[in-house]
Order: sequence, then structure tokens, then C-alpha cells
Amino acid sequence: MTARADTRLWLAQRASAALLGICVLVHLATMIYAVRSGLSATAILSRTHGNLAWLAFYSTFVLAVSVHVPIGLRSVLAEWLGWRGRSRDAALIGFAALLALLGMRAVLGVFG
Amino acid sequence: MGANLQVRVWRGGADGAFQPFDVPRQASQTVLDVVTHIQRALEPSLAYRFACRVGMCGSCAMTVNGVARWTCRTHVNKVAPDGRLEIGPLRNLPVIRDLVADMSEFFDKWAAARGSFVPTRTRREEFALVAPDSVARQQVDAAIECIGCGVCYSSCDVVTWNPAYLGPAALNRAWTLVQDVRDGARAERLAAVAGDAGCHACHTHMSCTERCPKQLSPTAGIAGLKRAVAKAALRGEL
Repeated sequence: MTARADTRLWLAQRASAALLGICVLVHLATMIYAVRSGLSATAILSRTHGNLAWLAFYSTFVLAVSVHVPIGLRSVLAEWLGWRGRSRDAALIGFAALLALLGMRAVLGVFG
Repeated sequence: MGANLQVRVWRGGADGAFQPFDVPRQASQTVLDVVTHIQRALEPSLAYRFACRVGMCGSCAMTVNGVARWTCRTHVNKVAPDGRLEIGPLRNLPVIRDLVADMSEFFDKWAAARGSFVPTRTRREEFALVAPDSVARQQVDAAIECIGCGVCYSSCDVVTWNPAYLGPAALNRAWTLVQDVRDGARAERLAAVAGDAGCHACHTHMSCTERCPKQLSPTAGIAGLKRAVAKAALRGEL
């Protein structure tokens, strides 16, 4: 990896962290609201089905996680397991795709 | 002062061992005084490094009771109230012998971080005027007093985990040059300090800042480098 590529990854991680900070707050507020209001699963799904704002928000959340987590793991794998180089980066691209796939599958399932 | 100090000193290379010594305790005794007493009176073959004895040269740093310190300015009563001292070479550097660490990679990394000033004027031109109260100059002032002792490098966990990491001292030096308005190698220097072996590897543990005997904050300089590199990358200058 070059200094430029490393710097871009660092920027992507900081930008996704900023996004996640907002997403987590909104997510927690939504969860607390849903639980305290005593909404049933059916009532929640009736609100999320076909709701494009909900879809946009949680898609952003999932994609930010898919960017943020693998970049953090990149350092963890290097520093704790000594795993560096192309094999690590290829594995992490796969892991990012898996996170995005599973996350978006859940989001689309709740969207309807 | 009475009572002897129980001192254990590292002998040999990486696979060496601690050797015990009894050293007379004295008033205002420094750890370097203890090591010097051992070499002059008890064990002439003990290898250690020092020069100025007054906290200027940066050559006497060792690991004292598990913590990297400049031994000439470290009083025994501050670090060994119970009279026990364990003195070893600096961590994160190869051991040559006894208390002498090989500083080559430490200083090679200063060069790799482009730690040399690159002038933009010749001797035939006027002196550059740098306002003492400018932000850049004040940030240089805050970081410039490094004596190259290696205490920060020895205390940094990231250096332990990532041997390619340039380390706090080299990055601190690069930061002073990035903030130097007279310097002509800003772009090359930012490229040299970016990435997984450079400023982006720092986890902001702040061990360097806590341990620096000159009370500098390499962590702040590294954060400044991250900002400078990010701006350069966003402008397409990296």
C-alpha cells in the first residue's frame, strides 16, 4: 500500500466514524422510542415497510459499518497477528462485502 | 543515607540476565550515579552510555524499574523509595551489550521521516523573518527541544507491534519541519510520514507524551501531521 492509499483509508475511516456517531444516536433514540411506546413487531414493520427515509438511513448505517470495521481490523490484524500485505487486504475486502451483504439483506427485509 | 540499594542490572545481549549489586545509597543520587558506581567500583566490564550528565545530550536513557527514563536526571529516591532498582537497556531497540541499545534504527527513522531541513534560500539572500507569535512558530517551539534520547520510542506500544513504525521522535521532528515556513520539502515530507508506518499508525496512547523527559508532546505533533496529510490528500497534493 502506498502512503496515498493508506491516507485515503484513514480518511474513509474517520468519515465513516463521523457518520456512525450520528447513526448510532438516531438508532438508539429510535430503539428507546419503540420500546417505551410498547410498539409490537407488527406495528414497527408497518412503519418501516415502504418507508424510503428509513431505507436511506439504515442503508447509510450499514454501508458506514462496512467501510469502518474492515479498516480498523486492518490495523488489529497487523499489530496483533502480524498479518500484513495483499492477503490480509483481500480477506478484508471480502469481510467488507460480507458485512454489506448481510446488513443490506436485513435492511431490505425490514423495508419490505 | 545508610542502607545499600539493591540493584539488578542487565548484563549481556538480548538473551542476557539481570545481575545483582549492592550500591551505597547517597543523598541526591541519580540512577546514572548508581550505574557509574557499579562500573567504577564493582564491575568494570559493565557497558553503558552517557556523556553530558545534565540532561542535554540524550545518551543515557535506560529502562529503570520498567519505565524508560533519562538516568542522569532521575533521582533514586523518586523511582526507588524501597531501595530496589532494576536497570535495563531501552525497549524496542536491539541490545548491543548490557545497558547499551543500538540506536541505529531510531535515527535511521529520523532520516526516513525526512528529518533534515531543506533550505529555500542561499547564504547570499536575506534572513527569513519568522514572527515569534505566529501559530506555526509557536507549534515549532513546543516541539523543538527534543534531545533524541529514545525514551518515547522505547515507551511506544505501536513501535513494539509495528516495527516499521517511524515512532514518536522522528514524527515529532518531521512536524517541526512541516511547520517551518523556511523549509522546502513539505510535500515529500508529508508523503514520507503518511501511511501505516507513519503518523496514521499512532493510536494516541500518549505514552510518549507521558514519558518524554523534556515534557514535549509528540502525540500532538503526530495529530498535526495527520491533519496536514489529510489536507494534502484532499487537495490531491499527496
